Amino acid sequence: MSETAAAPQAKPRRSVGGWLLIAIPYAWLLVFFLAPFFIVFKISLSEIAVAIPPYIPNFDPAAGWEGFTEMLGAFSFDNYVWLTEDDLYWKSYLSSVSIAAISTLITLIVGFPLAYGMARAPKEWRATLLMLVILPFWTSFLIRVYAWIGILKNEGLLNQLLLSLGLIDQPLTILNTNIAVYIGIVYSYLPFLVLPLYANLEKLDTSLLEAAADLGCPPWRSFWSITVPLALPGVLAGCFLVFIPAVGEFVIPDLLGGSETLMIGKTLWTEFFNNRDWPVSSAVAVILLLILVVPIVLFQNQQQKAAERGL
Amino acid sequence: MRQGPSWFNVTSLVLGFAFLYLPIVLLVVYSFNESRLVTVWGGFSTRWYAGLLDNQQLLDAAWVTARVAFFSATIATVFGTLAAMVLARSGRFLGRTLFSGMVYAPLVMPEVILGLSLLLLFVAVDQARGFWTIIIAHTTFAMCYVAVVVQSRLAGFDRSLEEAAQDLGCPPFRTFFAVTLPIILPGVVAGWMLAFTLSLDDLVIASFTTGPEATTLPMKIYSQVRLGVTPEINAVCTILVGLVTVVVVFASIITRRQEAARARDMRQAEAQL
Repeated sequence: MSETAAAPQAKPRRSVGGWLLIAIPYAWLLVFFLAPFFIVFKISLSEIAVAIPPYIPNFDPAAGWEGFTEMLGAFSFDNYVWLTEDDLYWKSYLSSVSIAAISTLITLIVGFPLAYGMARAPKEWRATLLMLVILPFWTSFLIRVYAWIGILKNEGLLNQLLLSLGLIDQPLTILNTNIAVYIGIVYSYLPFLVLPLYANLEKLDTSLLEAAADLGCPPWRSFWSITVPLALPGVLAGCFLVFIPAVGEFVIPDLLGGSETLMIGKTLWTEFFNNRDWPVSSAVAVILLLILVVPIVLFQNQQQKAAERGL
Repeated sequence: MRQGPSWFNVTSLVLGFAFLYLPIVLLVVYSFNESRLVTVWGGFSTRWYAGLLDNQQLLDAAWVTARVAFFSATIATVFGTLAAMVLARSGRFLGRTLFSGMVYAPLVMPEVILGLSLLLLFVAVDQARGFWTIIIAHTTFAMCYVAVVVQSRLAGFDRSLEEAAQDLGCPPFRTFFAVTLPIILPGVVAGWMLAFTLSLDDLVIASFTTGPEATTLPMKIYSQVRLGVTPEINAVCTILVGLVTVVVVFASIITRRQEAARARDMRQAEAQL
């Protein structure tokens, strides 16, 4: 959308319908996406209680302004103090971020050649290759994670193969370790990285590479000085799409990871469903959100720029 | 410069796709295994599929999941298309940054946070949880995916068609249905399908926002998987994978035909001028 085309629309001479168009999705997202975060924050300042709902204080609208101030007075940062005292939590945060970062790097190493190969494939293949990448993305996440259990377990298919080839004498223990979690994240999130990267690499003007080759530039150098810088927006978008959800991942560490695997999504789930401690799990969520705010804002700026460029 | 893919490109494509597909293929193959031991091949059999039909709990869960996915995908498609129109057409307005933030953030927001925050909202307003609360939750995150898909369709769109209709006195509402919607329809359909499969697939958000009477298929599969890998689950998963594959392949063939037909019409129209 060019600036001149946007200008008449930007001038507010908006009809009732125009405002309604904005108001409907806006109101939905405010109520069901933004407002809940304030409630999470409020409850993270409450205390656990044997009640329904299992926390106090509970705001009673009938008590009016006095009830409100009373509620404010009862708030405490005890849950946050608790998070810093018990090393389970900060270890979970650190290990989530490190597992997500390592997995993102592996995904990039696996995904870049794949996206590059797709972008270099003959034009008539590309639509099919693109669909082949999207297809696993449509099939259930849970199923794809589940499929790896049968492959990775001690008597699983990978160990059977390696044993029959004589490469190992004893089955390798992969399931219920961090390695299985890396494999699970790389496998599940690979399409998220390949798609934006492919969109970028496909648009890359090959005449630049030809010009570099004509001037005697070796292929590896033109790759580093032309392809990589031009593909950078795609690389960044892909890495954000892998890293941010991976930090809070629950299904993969729960099904593939072991007792040594600490991830904050799993800690939050346990705190909520097993210990029924709603205030502490809210505090865990608030801190997780604070950790992710910077990457999420960076991702959004990047998306907005891409949308303006018409990508 | 050499034309076409090098051996390196071909190798990385083959390895990449093998990595993406091998686990699913193995899952499908072992769903036809006679043996109860999932990793020992005991001959071909379809007995696990026959067994599914007797599993009433599983069938109930599948029915709940299908209805949740249908309703949430449909509502999400309406709201998501509206949101995409706002992002692509409404220009600047107060709170636009917040709006686009709320559209993009759910794409990457960890599911545990979305699930927990929505649950606490429902508890705060004293809403009984179950079927409809899952639909609200799924609509909320799926509409953002729809918005992104439809927006990309709106971005590569010739606005002069809309302007022509309005210059001829067509009201905005009718312009949308007569001009805009038919052009962005492939994006809207793709958005609906994406929303449907996202809902079909979701375990975490549904677990937080459901009540005692609504158990979805992923929740059922998850509780079984925790007890171990069984051929029955392989069979359920194979059916789901097969269903999604058929729908996606079918839809992409139709979209490609439509695009080809439109390109042909355009060429013919230009030739007549």
